[in-house]
Order: sequence, then C-alpha cells, then structure tokens
Amino acid sequence: MPADKHPHGRRPRAKPGTLKRLIKTLFTFYPRLMPLVIVGIVVSAVVSAIPALFMQKIIAVIEKWYAAGNWAAARAEIVPHILRLVVFYLLSITSAVGYTQLMAYITQGFLHKMRRRMFDGMQSLPVKYFDTNNHGDIMSHYTNDIDTLRQLVSQSLPQLIISGIVISTSFVIMLYFSIWLALVVASGVVGIVLVVRKIGGSSASYFMRQQKAMGQTEGFVEEMMNGQRVIKVFCREEAGTADFARINNELFAHSRNAHKFANMLMPILYNIGNVLYVLVAMTGGLLLLSGADNFSLSGLPFSISIVVPFLNMTKQFTGNISQVSNQLNSVIMGLAGADRVFELMDQTPETDEGYVTLVHAHIAPDGTVTESPERTGKWAWKHPHQDGTLTYTPVRGDVRLFDVDFAYDEGKTVLHDVTLYAEPGQKVAFVGATGAGKTTITNLLNRFYDIADGKIRYDGININKIRKADLRHCLGIVLQDTNLFTGTVMENIRYGNLDATDEACMEAARLAGAHDFITRLPDGYQTRLQGGGTSLSQGQRQLIAIARAAVADPPVMILDEATSSIDTRTEEIVQRGMDALMHGRTVFVIAHRLSTVKNADVIMVLSQGRIIERGNHDKLMAEKGTYYQLYTGAFELE
Amino acid sequence: MLKKLTRSIREYRKDALLTPLFVLLEVILECLIPFTIARLVNQIKAGSAFPMLARYGVILLLMAGGSLLFGALSGVFCANASCGLARNLREDLYRRVQDFDFENIDRFSPASLVTRMTTDVGNVQMAFMMALRIAVRSPLTFLFSIIMAYVMGGALALMFVVVVPLLGFGLFFIARRAMPMFKRVFPKYDRLNSAIQENIKGIRVVKSFVREEYEKEKFGDASEDIRRDFTRAERIVAFVSPLMQFCLYIDMVIVLFFGSYLIISSTGSAMDVGEFSAMLTYGFQILASLMMLSMVYVMITMSEESGRRIVEVLDETPALTSPDNPVTVVPDGSVVFEGVSFKYSARAERDALSGIDLRIASGETVGILGGTGASKTTLVQLIPRLYDVSEGAVLVGGVDVRRYDLHALRNQVAMVLQKNLLFSGTIRDNLRWGDPNATDEQMQHACRLAHADEFIRALPQGYDTYVEQGGSNLSGGQKQRLCIARALLKQPRVLILDDSTSAVDTRTDAGIRRAFRETLPHTTKIIIAQRVSSVMDADKIVVMDGGHIAAVGTHAELLERSDIYREIYTSQNRGGVAHAC
Repeated sequence: MPADKHPHGRRPRAKPGTLKRLIKTLFTFYPRLMPLVIVGIVVSAVVSAIPALFMQKIIAVIEKWYAAGNWAAARAEIVPHILRLVVFYLLSITSAVGYTQLMAYITQGFLHKMRRRMFDGMQSLPVKYFDTNNHGDIMSHYTNDIDTLRQLVSQSLPQLIISGIVISTSFVIMLYFSIWLALVVASGVVGIVLVVRKIGGSSASYFMRQQKAMGQTEGFVEEMMNGQRVIKVFCREEAGTADFARINNELFAHSRNAHKFANMLMPILYNIGNVLYVLVAMTGGLLLLSGADNFSLSGLPFSISIVVPFLNMTKQFTGNISQVSNQLNSVIMGLAGADRVFELMDQTPETDEGYVTLVHAHIAPDGTVTESPERTGKWAWKHPHQDGTLTYTPVRGDVRLFDVDFAYDEGKTVLHDVTLYAEPGQKVAFVGATGAGKTTITNLLNRFYDIADGKIRYDGININKIRKADLRHCLGIVLQDTNLFTGTVMENIRYGNLDATDEACMEAARLAGAHDFITRLPDGYQTRLQGGGTSLSQGQRQLIAIARAAVADPPVMILDEATSSIDTRTEEIVQRGMDALMHGRTVFVIAHRLSTVKNADVIMVLSQGRIIERGNHDKLMAEKGTYYQLYTGAFELE
Repeated sequence: MLKKLTRSIREYRKDALLTPLFVLLEVILECLIPFTIARLVNQIKAGSAFPMLARYGVILLLMAGGSLLFGALSGVFCANASCGLARNLREDLYRRVQDFDFENIDRFSPASLVTRMTTDVGNVQMAFMMALRIAVRSPLTFLFSIIMAYVMGGALALMFVVVVPLLGFGLFFIARRAMPMFKRVFPKYDRLNSAIQENIKGIRVVKSFVREEYEKEKFGDASEDIRRDFTRAERIVAFVSPLMQFCLYIDMVIVLFFGSYLIISSTGSAMDVGEFSAMLTYGFQILASLMMLSMVYVMITMSEESGRRIVEVLDETPALTSPDNPVTVVPDGSVVFEGVSFKYSARAERDALSGIDLRIASGETVGILGGTGASKTTLVQLIPRLYDVSEGAVLVGGVDVRRYDLHALRNQVAMVLQKNLLFSGTIRDNLRWGDPNATDEQMQHACRLAHADEFIRALPQGYDTYVEQGGSNLSGGQKQRLCIARALLKQPRVLILDDSTSAVDTRTDAGIRRAFRETLPHTTKIIIAQRVSSVMDADKIVVMDGGHIAAVGTHAELLERSDIYREIYTSQNRGGVAHAC
C-alpha cells in the first residue's frame, strides 16, 4: 500500500472556516449549556487575574505600617481586603467546578453525536464511496480524527479562551499599574512569539513527518504480520527484518526530532519568562531609584507596592502564553481531524427518487390486488401515477434488463447492451472471466450503482421508480465475502429478517445445510462469532450467509460465488438446500464451478461486458462455443 | 514487566541516565531563581544603588541561561531515550515474531500484533518520556520548593504545606476512582471500532438487507454506552483543575494574611516583601508538581496494559527451534510418517491426526483428498516442521525432521499454502522470495512450469508489473500460479501444493501437473485437492477422513476399495461429462 494512501499520511492542515463550523456545531448541539460554559470560563479566568489588585493594596498597607510595626492597625485594613478576595476566589472555584463538569459532559456528548452523525450519514452513502475509499482510512475518521477532537474540545479550546482572557486582563492591569513596565513585558512577548514560530514550527513539521513514517511502518508491519506463515515457509525472516529496520529507523529519526523540539520549547519559554521577570525587576528598580514619574492608567505613584504585584503578573502572563503555545500542536491536529470528520459528513448521500413502494396485499382469486394494513404473506407494488390514480402490482420476481450500458468510471464502459429476461422462478447463471461484468450486473439490479443507459424493470416497473429500500427487500444477496457480524450465530441468521422467530432461523439453517455444524459448535446457535467469524471455516461462513438470505425470503436472489469455498462433498449436501431455497424464486447465480450453474434455466456467457452466448446447458453444449470449451476444459477461464 | 521493557533501552542507556541528571540541575536552578529574585526585590525596596541591582540581574540572567540550557538538554536526551526505546521495542517485537513458529502465530492475530507494535509501543514511549522527565522533575521540584520556602518563610512555609495533603489526597482519590472507569471503557472502544469495521466491510450486506436503521441503532447504542461511561470518568477527572485552584487560593490567602503579619510584626527581619511574592511562587510550584505527579501516575498506570501486551509477545517462546548439531543436508525427497498423531494444543480433547503411517518415495506424486475438516492441511504442515508431532515421527530423506536445521529443511520442502499471499512489490520481487539470486531465465522457466509465464508477458509491464498488497490486482488463478512458480524457484526436494490450483481451470491444472511430471522427476510432489481430476493420475492417492487415513492407493484401486473416494468421484462427475480432459 503506498504510504500516501494511508490514514496517517495526510498533512494535518485544516481548511479555513473549520474552527468556526466546529464551534457552531457545538452550539447547535448544546444551545443552552454552551453559553453557560462560556460564562463559567470567562468568570473563572477574569477572577484568576484579579488578585494582583488586592496584592497591590495589601502591600501598600504593609508599607504604610511597616516602620511602625503596628500589626493591629494593619490587620484592620488587611482583613476586609482578604475577605473580599476570598469571595472572589469562591466565585472563581464555583464557576470552575461548574464549567469543567459541564465541559466533561458536553465533550463526550459532542463526540457521541459527531460519531452518530458520521455513522448515520455513512449508512446513506452510495456503495461507490466504500468501493473507492480505503477502508482503513474511513475507519480512522472514527478513531484518530475523533480522538484529536476530544483533545481539542475538552482541553485546547477552553485553555485558549482562558489564556486569551487572562493574558488580556493581565495586560490591562499591567497598564493600570505602569505603562513603562507593561512595555517591557510586551517586548518579551515579541521574543516568545518568534521562538514559538521557529521551534514550534520545526516541531510541528517533524510531527507531520512522524505521522507519515508511522503510517508507513503500520502498513509494512500489517502486510508482514499477515504474511508471517509465508515468510516462515520461505525462510525470509532476515530479509524482512532488514527492510523493517530501515523503515523503523526513519520513524525513529522523525519522531526524535519532533519530540526534541517539543521538549525544548517549554524550558526555553519558561526561561524567557524568567529573563523577562528580571528585566521587569531591573526596570522597576531603576525607575524607583531614579524617582521617575509613573505613567499608568491608575495614576498611582511608583512604589514597591506596584513592582511586586507587577512581577507576579509577569509570571502569570508568560505562563499563559506558554500554555497557548503548548496547545498549538493539538489545535493544528484537532482542526485537521475536524476537517476530515466534516468531510465524511458532507459526502453526498445516495439519492432515492423512488415513489413505488412495497405493501402487504390481498390478492383475490380474480387477480385484483388490494392493500392490506397487516401482514398477509403477500406483497404488492403500490404505484401512484401522475393523474392521481394508484395501481397495485403483485410482487412476482420478474426481472428484465433492456440494452443496459454501464461504466464505473466515465469512459470505461464495462457493460455493453446487456439485455436479459428472468421470469419468476427461473434460474439465470452468469459465466465469464474475472472482469467480464458478472458482478456488475448484480450491482445494478439492487441499485448499488445506477446504469448509464438502458432500462431495468422489476415486475414491469422501472427500478428507478421503486424506493431503494423496497427494491432491496425484494432482492436477496449472498456474496463470496460473507461479512458476518460480531454476535451469536442466531443473531447473524436473523439479520436477514429481524422478525424471524428462533424456529424460523433454525429452519433456514436447515435449508442451507448449516444446521448440523451449528449444533456441533460449543454453544450451538448461541455461539458468539468474533471478527466476522474467524473461528469458522470459510465454507461454514458461507453456509450461515446462505441461511441469512433464506430467512429473508425474497422473491429474487443473487448468489455471487456463494458456494465457492464449500468443498464439493459438502456442496452436494448444500445443493439440496439450495435447490429448496431457489424453488419458486428467481435466482441469479455467479459461480466459478460450472457444476454449480449447469442446471440453470439459462446460462449467460459474458465476455468483456457483452453477453456472447445464452441458452441452457444442453443448448450451449450443442453450440460448441465458448461455454462448451470452458466446460470441457479446452479453454482457460481467467 | 518493567525490567523486560527497560532491557530494550540498550544504546540509549546513556541518554536515559543523562536526562534525570539535567532535570536535576534544571530544577535546582529553577528553585534558586525565585529565591534570588526575592533578594533583588528586597534590594529594590531598600533603595540599593544600581551596581548592586545589576549584580543580581547578571546572576539571574546566568541562572536563567543555565536553566534553559539544562532544560533543553534534558529535553533532547529524553527525546533520544524515549524514541530510542520505542524503536528498539518495535525491532525486538518484530524479531521475536520472526522467530515464532506456527503455533505462536496461531495465538496472536495479525491485527493484534500490529496494534502492539504501533499503539502499544507509542503508549509505552509516552509513559517512559513522562517518567524520565516529569516523574523525576515533580518530586524534586516539590522537595526543593519546600526547602526554599522554609529557608525564606520559616513557619509560614509549614503553614501552607498543610494544603499538600489536601491536594495529594484529592488527586489520589480522583485517580483511584477514575482509573477503573477508563479501563472499563477501552474494551468498549475496541468493540465499537470493530462494529464500524464490520459495517464498512459489509456495507453491501447492510444495504441489500436494508438494515441501515438497524445498524444505526446498534451503533448509537454502543456509542451511547461509551459516552455514558466516559462522561462519568471525565467528570471525576474534571475535578482536578478546580481542586488545584482551590489549594492555590488557600495558599494565597495564607501567605497574604500571615505574611503581612510576619513582615509587620518583625519589621522585615523575619520576612520581607521580596520573600512575600517568592513564597507564592514556591506555593504554586509545590502544587503544580503534585498535579504533574498525579498525571504521570495516571499515564503510567494506563500504559501498564500496553506494556503487558508488549511483554506478552516478547515472552512468547517458540517451541520449534533448530537442534544442536543440526543436519543441514536433505539427502532425498522421501517422506515417511511413522505412527504420527498430532494435537494443536496440549489441552485439545481430540487429536487432529492419529495413527498416521505413510511412506512416500522420493520423486513420487501423491494426491490427498478429503472433506472439510479431514486434517489434510494439518498432515502436510508436519513435513516442513511447521508444527511438531505429538507422537511418532516424520522423516524427510530418512532423517527425523526434528534433527534438521529449520532453514535447511524448509528450503528443501517448498510449500504453497492454502491462503496464497503475494506481497507488494513487482512480480520479479515476489518470485525472488523463492530464490533471491534467481536469474531472469530461471524465473521464466519456473513460470512456464507453473503456466504463469504467458499471462505475465501479456501484462503491460511484464515481470516488472507492480503487485498490490495481497495481490489484489491479480485474479485468483493468476495469484495461485505465481505462488507455485515462487515455490518452484526454491528447487525443492519436496513440493507441497495445499489446494493451490482451486481457482485454476482444469486444463491448466492438468498442464501444470504434466510439466511437473516431465521436468521435476526427482522432486516429491504432494498435492492436496478438492477435485478428483487434480489427483487422479498421481502415483498414490491418500483419502483422509476425520484425522485418519481412510485409504491409500491409485485411482483405479480406490474406485474399487474406498466408499468415500467413490462418493467424491461420482459427486463430481455426475451427468457423465468428466472434468478432466
């Protein structure tokens, strides 16, 4: 897998407007709580900058009574200040508790809602999206990207707001005390910004390279771990280890540099803060010594009661700037993550203009169809017409393709002029080389893809007019990739029909020839399957998939290499079940083994998107064409 | 566990030791700076002359410079040590997995090995980084700050130390309560992720059964479950920062009130305004270091699970190793099973194979037939010693396989696995797996035998065509033929094909077998197949059933003697038209 396709390989840079959209989403999810959180953050931040004012007042009191050493008199003045301070503190703590609790609640709720939105949106995406995007990459939206959002929403955003407020409040108070000293601090800020840009920038660029190298490593390791048995059989351990060492070293080099710069940033910022502190102290000292006039918003005269709290403010000020720069990496990554999350949400969903729907129906002996509010075991298409009338057509399973053309990519037509009729109860088989278009036809029937030209009719109705969900209800499908889900065997079979009773599921399993082996599993039907049923053989998985389709009981079924991994002896057993399953249904069969398709009513031989031969087995054998050659082994099926 | 992990530090031991040293120096300077600043402030307050102030200024600048230097150095060494540890751990894991025998491989899924080598190593790296710097730094800062505060403020320092137990207790309590909750959430996360993965992979199934709403509900429930648990845990953790603020505020009030008292009542002899603000700085440092310590505690505990998972792999010892003084030459391709029985694990109730006696002469072609679960694959895996027998012995070239050097044996016994796998790289690269020094002629020869040469030449880039991971850009039959060619390049004495031509049509299949017969007369060929036609013309056909050998003989003999064989044969040849040509 080329590295740049890998989820880690992307450059974490967000589109403009992502932050705005993120915040807007937060507010739409929590329209009442978010303003409360903001109030909490602001109160808590402003209050935490204020004590400097009290400190100034208290030191002034100390100075006043210092020489006299009169504690009683001083206490009378100090206590009210301290009481007021305590009130502020209580306010600050209360609001901090409030907003952090709310934020913990909101963050997790936000992630949950984002995940759901992504997932819900994803369910409505066309199959094409899943066919054209790397699955690992889609996955990483739910893992990596959501993780970066967690950090961003729960920590970085509040921290940025707090730091922003503390920095600006502190600066105002600084100006209130002394504009000269504030200017010294401001010059230090310029220095800090420069350092952050230089070192922080290097760190960020190495972090990105590290992510990319990580992706490469993961790709390599994944391939090798999956091929470990082959490696053993070919004694290739050493060669692989050498390749791995190279990739591993590259990852090491980038991650070391990334962490080196990141680790250096804090001590450097911290000590710029110290230097600034010294500069402020020196300037303050000089100003005090020279007796220069103070120049400030408060108009207070210059004194030690200004210098000391000012020094504390400097500390707080630079501390908060460091905090902001510390959050920088996570903000950049978080916004890149948010960007990708939004991108998935913004994918255009599958369109569905279908208005013909599936309804329960009564079918009178004379053939008239009436809609029924409850289950009748019979189904009909309800077809509203432009003139306001309704017609009902019973569902029979008659599928016809007329001159169908199709291309996955513009210009590369994979099906040409395909015309075929499948009458109710018929078995239609497709035979042809890989890439001949067999699976494509089935993709079109249930509208995973839409045809470019021509028409497909189901019971005489153009499938474009049928609501997709209803169309798919009437088409069962069993694929070579079984795709079982984590859960019990019973749950997996019931996936075909959520209303099916246990008995119905077991009956379906019997039909598919799966019952015997299921009962031999440790917990029978209640055996839990993990990871798509890895504990079962491929053949057993296919049997369960067939049972799943059987329980859905659709009038039309598509079997795409459904029995390819079942050995011929078992297939004999399955075949009986399959025959029972196919009875009374229209069935499309794609199979590699010609023995599977031999008894079809009609066999279509496909080549490069065209039907080149059609007829039943005997007819095709008599024609002595491609099918004959395939069947007798005179021609290679590839 | 810790010992096992730290053993991988190796060449970064120096960096790992230097980091705390520089952290120590940095902390000492860091704690002296407020002390010196307090002196400076007192000088300013006392109205000292400029040279005096300048002296303090220069000292302070030097200290800041030193602290910066030490801090940056500790950062660099720490990056070296932690990233180095991660690199070595990845390498150790990788090498260990290379030593795995099949039994070990069965025990770990590839996905879990990948997670261990990436996410888990990453977690350990982070924890190690924190341990090296912050876990060293915080207690030191804590200690020095208390000492300095005591030096400067005396009793006052002791007064505000009372908040330390408050914060310590609070943090400990929070960590204790939150940690099990986090631990509980992580497996739920794994479940959620695997549900998403299944949904993405099975989207065709979801859509064709119209189960979108059902899936949404299922996902919503799983996600909500995580939200509930995570919110509970996060809400507890959310108390950390207000708690920290609360303690800091208590300190502030104490310092402001009692500090003023001390200054005024002693007229500056016990304490002065300079110390006043320094005390606040120390108070802050003490609390901050406690908080960092609690964070480290949480981080390290959380990475414990990762560490355990890594050590689990490192501790996994392969049971299959080359013996001392191994035999390195395989004299011929004869294979003998003597009273072999086999179980996949000692605890397994049933033998996968039992009572196997079989003699295959060098150069023979042997077919193996049998239903799913008949242990055909298990049988042949014993020949290149991918597993060891539980009882009896397997002899290749007349020598017990356990006496061979593993590489020597496996180079002479080529096996094409049931699960064919090609690797990303060109076709040429993939073929070279069989023989790294193969010439173009040799490759083409092998490909012609495997009937692969023709289709490779038809590809636009021929032998230089890039094969995607797992060979996804080739058809099943093409992959199988490449895998056979790859095995042929080893020029083995024994060639085993485990259902390796299932996707190849019957004619080509027959052609490959003919080529084998004609050009590899001295190589023993063992072929597992589902089609009778694939083994019909073998010198010997072994029919397996439920871990036993049901019958051995030629096609004609077995048709007469073996019911199972007859049943398979007729099931595949119903309708009169034979598969084989």
